[in-house]
Amino acid sequence: MTTIQTGAPTPDPRRVRQLARRSSAARRGGRPAGRRTWWRALLATPSGLYGVVAVVVLVAAAGVSLVYTPYDPGAANPYDQWFGPSLTHLMGTDNVGRDIFSVLLAGSRTTVQVAVGSALIAAVVGVALAALGSLTARWVREGIAVLIDILIAFPTILVALMLASVFGGSLGVVIVAVGVSFGVNIARVSRGEIRRIARSEYVLAATASGLGRGRVLTRHLLPNIAPVFIVQLSWSMALAVLAEAGLSYLGYGAPASTPSWGRLLAELQPYIGVHPLAVLWPGLVITLTVLGFNLLGDGLRDATDPRVRQGGNR
Amino acid sequence: MIRFVLTRLLLLAVGLLVASALIFFTLRILPGDVAQVIAGTQSTPEQVAAIRLSLGLDRPILVQYGDWLGGLLRGDLGSSLITSSSVADELAEKAQVTVPLAVFSLVIALLFSVPLGILAAVRRRRVSGTVVSFVSQGLAAVPAVWAGLVLIAIFAVWLGWLPPQGFPLDGWEEPGRALQSLVLPSLTIGIIEGAVLLRFIRSAAVEASGEDYVRTAAATGMTRTRALITQGMPNVALSVVSVLGLQVAGLIVGAIIIEQLFSLPGIGRMLVSDVGNRDLTKVQGELLALTAIVLVIGTVVDIVHRLLDPRQRETA
Repeated sequence: MTTIQTGAPTPDPRRVRQLARRSSAARRGGRPAGRRTWWRALLATPSGLYGVVAVVVLVAAAGVSLVYTPYDPGAANPYDQWFGPSLTHLMGTDNVGRDIFSVLLAGSRTTVQVAVGSALIAAVVGVALAALGSLTARWVREGIAVLIDILIAFPTILVALMLASVFGGSLGVVIVAVGVSFGVNIARVSRGEIRRIARSEYVLAATASGLGRGRVLTRHLLPNIAPVFIVQLSWSMALAVLAEAGLSYLGYGAPASTPSWGRLLAELQPYIGVHPLAVLWPGLVITLTVLGFNLLGDGLRDATDPRVRQGGNR
Repeated sequence: MIRFVLTRLLLLAVGLLVASALIFFTLRILPGDVAQVIAGTQSTPEQVAAIRLSLGLDRPILVQYGDWLGGLLRGDLGSSLITSSSVADELAEKAQVTVPLAVFSLVIALLFSVPLGILAAVRRRRVSGTVVSFVSQGLAAVPAVWAGLVLIAIFAVWLGWLPPQGFPLDGWEEPGRALQSLVLPSLTIGIIEGAVLLRFIRSAAVEASGEDYVRTAAATGMTRTRALITQGMPNVALSVVSVLGLQVAGLIVGAIIIEQLFSLPGIGRMLVSDVGNRDLTKVQGELLALTAIVLVIGTVVDIVHRLLDPRQRETA
């Protein structure tokens, strides 16, 4: 470890941080800097607000369904087929007499599971590829870049079908397929930004003062790339919900015992001509949720992008 | 320029090789034993061994991969484990449905996304622009199955204009009937892909409208819209071209689901049923064919992008 001798007494780091915070707060018109600003910017746009509300409702629904659903979402009831919406059955009942509202409530757990699971995998894959693609020897970097360009040619559903032909269809396959393919996508999207940061002067300064590659990654690269990652992860959750719906429709998603929106849509699909209203519900909740994740991503992008925040109207 | 094309073609070759290896080894190594998969869970060890021998699975895995690659170079994708028909022949037959479906979908997507995307950018501070953006956001979030169902309910069940499902058994013998059965499927994919494309075009046009050269053109007396369309369009076109590579992947995903919904005998539907039957040689051939399409179109898009962009042409 080498430290640069400047001759001046070493300033107390806490004091420095305090001063810095005060001066930037003054610049922003007295508001405390940092986290609260982008949170407010997020809630100030209609899309960000809708995104936050939609995601909160989804998580709340999943939480509530753990302890309460109006009816048993798995129980078939032959005497209650095709009830219209009423106070006893808010969204009516389906072809086997299940309460559609209860199935959707219980299905939100599956949606949360798929969205969060695939986002975690996407984050791990994305960070790993980003690290390998920026801090390693040149030939490894180039190799990773080519590999990313190839992997991106595998659409999510193809990856899922490839895994399904080996392991059979399951939610795990959906989660891994969406996670891996979106992780690759994130690595590709953030590649340019990471290279820019890796070549920046403060990273050069950090390396010169003896910071190891791992430290450069955790101290400088990841914090700087985090906004891009979070926005992408929000979009990846939207894709995960759509992929779950598509794969469950094809028969390679949620198993019959698991309540899922995609599965309900697939099961009700033959009755579109006779009971269109029943088919409407699962499609509607999927659309509203995907829209929520998409708009949350848009809102986060605008809220964390300083150009947009200052320029306003875009 | 020639050097750029050659580099791209080399990368394409590498890409195809890596993709083939990924597909082959994922399907072979992960399950442990293809023969066991084919024989099913209730088979005797002798049956499994017989299948293994007949498929040449007792040979080293690298030899098997080499065999497959050699076949690929001759245009031979192997034959089905179940019906023993040639995979390449079946792909060619099913492509007669899937390729027109993809092309029609793309045309529909472009037809409404380009003008509406520019409209949404030009009028982004007015009601009409906001409505277009809002609707496209919503459409991009709709699950493909549901969109198709809604179209079936309206145009086939309610109005009775178009057939709800299926494709003529004699294929393109009667082009009119074949076309008719592709209208709703292409419309479904086209609307959803178009909604995604519209958002790209809108943001490219918004960006172009802020550029100096558009402002300068407007200062010479053009209206802002005209300045954007005459001066900004080349840049918007560039970003559309670069997104088109990604759209192809979207079209394939759309085709897999939509062919199932509309019972169209295309590549996507064949793939889904082969995955269900665990017909691994067919699955690997189909996966490679679809991935190759994405890679080849990606390369073409890259080269076209280079040709269209004068800045890149000069530095080349």
